[in-house]
Amino acid sequence: MSLSTPPPDRATATSEPVFRSKIAVPGNRGIKIVRSCTIRKPAAELYRFWRSFENLVAIIKHPVSIARISDTESHWRVSAPGDHFVEWHAVVINDEPDELIAWRSREGADVENAGTVRFEAAPGDEGTEVTVQLEYNPPGGRFAALMAKLTGDEPAQQVAEALRRFKALMEAGEIPTIEGQSAGGPQRTARRKEREQLQRKAAS
Amino acid sequence: MKAVCWMGKREVEVQEVDDPTILSPGDAIVRITSTAICGSDLHLYDGYMPTMEKGDILGHEFMGEVVEVGPGVKRLKVGDRVVVPFTISCGGCSHCQRQQWSLCDNTNPNAWMAEKLLGYSAAGLFGYSHLTGGYAGGQAQYARVPYADHGPIVIEDDTIPDEQLLFLSDIFPTGYMAAENCDIKPGETIVAVWGCGPVGQFAIRSALLLGAAKVYAIDSVPERLAMAEAAGTIAIHDDEDVLEKLRELTGGRGPDAAIDAVGMEAHGSSYDNLKQALKLETDRPYALRQSMRAVRKGGVLSVPGVYGGFLDKIPFGAAFNKGVTFRMGQTHVQRYMPQLLSLVESGKIDPSFVITHRVPLTRAAEIYEVFTEKRDGCIKVVLDPAA
Repeated sequence: MSLSTPPPDRATATSEPVFRSKIAVPGNRGIKIVRSCTIRKPAAELYRFWRSFENLVAIIKHPVSIARISDTESHWRVSAPGDHFVEWHAVVINDEPDELIAWRSREGADVENAGTVRFEAAPGDEGTEVTVQLEYNPPGGRFAALMAKLTGDEPAQQVAEALRRFKALMEAGEIPTIEGQSAGGPQRTARRKEREQLQRKAAS
Repeated sequence: MKAVCWMGKREVEVQEVDDPTILSPGDAIVRITSTAICGSDLHLYDGYMPTMEKGDILGHEFMGEVVEVGPGVKRLKVGDRVVVPFTISCGGCSHCQRQQWSLCDNTNPNAWMAEKLLGYSAAGLFGYSHLTGGYAGGQAQYARVPYADHGPIVIEDDTIPDEQLLFLSDIFPTGYMAAENCDIKPGETIVAVWGCGPVGQFAIRSALLLGAAKVYAIDSVPERLAMAEAAGTIAIHDDEDVLEKLRELTGGRGPDAAIDAVGMEAHGSSYDNLKQALKLETDRPYALRQSMRAVRKGGVLSVPGVYGGFLDKIPFGAAFNKGVTFRMGQTHVQRYMPQLLSLVESGKIDPSFVITHRVPLTRAAEIYEVFTEKRDGCIKVVLDPAA
C-alpha cells in the first residue's frame, strides 16, 4: 500500500484527497472498509474490467446480480440472509480513466453505500496497486453488522475475497476452486452436488 | 476410481470415489501410473497438520498420462506422459515470474485461511490439507491437475521407467533445492544433513553432485544411515553427542552448512513429545535446534523439512550471534524439474535407489502404518494404482 493511502478511520474531508469526501455516505455514520492488492497487469486493463460493473459478478463470491442501466448507472441485487435480498442503484460520481472510479448508491437504496477503486503503479515490475474503499450503512445498524461478521458474510471479508479473485482472474485467467472435485467419506455427496450444479450452470 | 482417503488421525482408507472431471479451463486429468507416499504425508497421517477433512484424497508425488485437457490448456495434450509437481502454480503472478513457484499468489482457494495463520498465503498444494487449498491428491487412479500448463513436465523418452522419474514431483527437487541453498563451493564446503529420510537422501546426493567437500549424515535409523553412507557420506548416529562429533570432524569449525531434512516430527526430545501431545506446541523442532547450534559461524541453515505452526525453545541467540543465514520454504519444483530430468536422462543419478517398498494402492492403509513406524526397513513407498 502506498504511503499516500488515507487511513480507513479518518474522515476529515479537508486533509483527504478530494474523491474521498465525495464518497461519504450521509451523516458519515457508515462502516468503512479499505483493502488493497497488487496485480501484475497494467492499470488500464484493470480499470477497463472494473468500469463495466456487470463484470464484477465474476469476482464477487456472494450471490449478486448487477445490471447495466447506462454508462454510469447500474442496478445491484444482493442476496441477504433468509431468502431475502437487498437492492440499490449505483451511480458513478467520479471517473478518471485508468486511475480511479467512484460510485454511490442513489436515494432509496436498501443499503446506502459508496465506494472507490484506485489503480496506482506499483514499484518495479509488480504491476498495479488496486485499492478499494467502501462505506455503507448496514440495515439494522452496527449490531446487524456485528452479526454479519459472526456469520462470516461480512462485507470486509467479501471485499477482500473479491479483490483476491479479481487478481487471480486477471493474472491467471481463472479463479482457483475445488468445488466439485473428487472426495471420499462424508464429503463425497456434497462434492458431487457441487459438480452437478457446475454442470447445470455450464449447460444453461 | 480408487483413492487413498484421510479419515482421521492414523486412519486412511482406500475408497471408491467419483472420477475427477475438468472444473476450470486450465485443468487436465491425469491417469496415474505411479504415486508415492512422502514423509510429509506422515504429518497428515499422524494428525499434526490442521484443516484436514475426512474424505480428503492424499498424495502429492505422482505421474501418469494426460487423458483430458480443459479448453484453456495450450501446452499439454492428451497422451502426454507427465510428472506433476506438488506445487500448484498459476504462472502469471509476480512470484511465479520470479520462479518462486511455491509462493504463487493465485492457486489457493482457501487463501483467507492461510492468511490468518501465516500473514500471506503460499501456493496451493496437492493433497495437503485445506490450508493449502484442499486440492484432491494423487494417491489415486486419476487426478485433476489445475493450471496444467504451468506445472507438469512432459517426458519425451519412453524408455525411462516411472521409478526414475516419479521423484521429480517432490523429493528430488526438494533435496536439490536444500543443497543449492547451502552455497556449496566445490571442494570446500562441508555440509551436515539432519534426517536421512527420502528428502535427506536426495539432499545428500545433491550436495555431493554440487561438489561438497564432505557430507555428514545424522539419523537414528541404521538402514537410513547405511543408505547415506552408500552415497559417500560420513554417518553420525543420533545417540552420539552430535555437536561434539561434528566439532571434532570439522577441525573445530563446525559444518559450513546445515540441512534440517526432518521437520516438525523429530524424535529424540521427550520435552517436545509431551508438549505436542498436550497441544502446547504444534511442532517438535529437535533437529532444528541441534542444527542451529551445530552450524558454523556465518554458515547457512537450509530447511527443507516441513514446519506447520509454532515452535518452542528455539535457540535463536545461537543463530543470531553466529550470523547464521536461514533458507527455507516449500520447493519451487517447476524451477528444478528440467535440469534434474536431464541428470536422470544422462544417467548421473538414478533416483529409484531410495525405493524400499512397492505395493498396490489398495494396500495403502497397512503401508502407511509400516512407514510411520519405520518398520521393515521402510524408507520410500511407491504405490501402483493399477494393481
